[in-house]
Amino acid sequence: MLTMIADFLVYRLMNLSPESRFGDTLHFFVYDTMKIFLLLSVIIFAVSIVRTYFPPERTKKILSHRKLFIGNILAAFLGVVTPFCSCSAVPLFIGFVEAGVPLGVTFSFLIASPMVNEIAVVLLYGLFGWKITLIYIGAGLLVAIIGGMIIGKLHLEKWVEEYVYAFKTGQAAGEVKQSFRDRLEYARWNTKDILTRVWFFILIAIGIGGLIHGYVPNEFLTSIAGPGNPFAVPAAVLLGVPLYSSAAGVIPIVYALMEKGLSMGTVLAFMMAVTALSLPEIIILRKVLKPRMLGVFVGIMTVAIIGVGYMFNVIL
Amino acid sequence: MEIKVLGPDCPNCKEMKRRTDQALNELGVQADAQKVTDIMEIMKFSMSTPALVVNGKLKHAGTSLPPVEKIKALLKEEG
Repeated sequence: MLTMIADFLVYRLMNLSPESRFGDTLHFFVYDTMKIFLLLSVIIFAVSIVRTYFPPERTKKILSHRKLFIGNILAAFLGVVTPFCSCSAVPLFIGFVEAGVPLGVTFSFLIASPMVNEIAVVLLYGLFGWKITLIYIGAGLLVAIIGGMIIGKLHLEKWVEEYVYAFKTGQAAGEVKQSFRDRLEYARWNTKDILTRVWFFILIAIGIGGLIHGYVPNEFLTSIAGPGNPFAVPAAVLLGVPLYSSAAGVIPIVYALMEKGLSMGTVLAFMMAVTALSLPEIIILRKVLKPRMLGVFVGIMTVAIIGVGYMFNVIL
Repeated sequence: MEIKVLGPDCPNCKEMKRRTDQALNELGVQADAQKVTDIMEIMKFSMSTPALVVNGKLKHAGTSLPPVEKIKALLKEEG
């Protein structure tokens, strides 16, 4: 139905031909903008409500003293549904450690959280379809679980800043009661807040995507970064690690690149690298982790994501 | 009444402060909400931010920011 609206606006109202580059580009832009914003509104709203049921305090209780493996799996899933402001990454980390959540389990949580965020999922679904979306989520959870388990097995507790273990939080925060009305109100506010903050960047990203879609020759990237090139995945991941952008900004661009020949595995790996590791997050984590720990963390993530990328190029 | 809004500088935490200020205003309370950004201080009360502490009691913690009306109710609970 959205296609009809886009068709009408671009081909009838503005009288552009679908064969023309400009017409095609504009159509891509109009259609995808409508689709994405619609999806975003609905999904952010729904997800916000789900998230009100999983405050960090409850997650902490669930994960406290969990054994490896089960703990990692739980942590990864909880990482996806627990809302937390990245500004509270430090208190959260300290809180978890103090409550007896094993280091590896805490990491599974920290890895899964930014990777599978609702904006990324919506964009993926809107542009690539649900199959790719599920694969991305699955891979994200896998990386979070395995990454966390490896960190747990390596027993790197000595590389956490000492004061973290010495900390005694004040009274435990009792869970704040919320009526369903409260949850709806929060969901409404959160949706509006997120959209207001990202709409412009999403438009730009879709715009760039549209330009690539309309003006870059097909198969342009196949020779450089297609499935045949073994260096495509590591290159994409290494490029993605230092980049800090919400997945939102990256996906529309990456979608268009894929149309031009970038293989799916490389695309997914790039996205994961961008979202899972961000410079601001690492700087924040420096407060609780010694530099070597951070190095190991980044290293493990990079390798894991590269691995996932190769795996996808083979499967897809 | 001693009111503290806990949270480092991030959009969520700033919004919490803004709403708390508004709530205090509307209630006609003389006290000012104090913004606490020091992690150690924050940790004494809560693991997640933004958080609201009134007279030493934690009234709210987490990213699901309560609307101004709810903040007013929380403030009233503490006098």
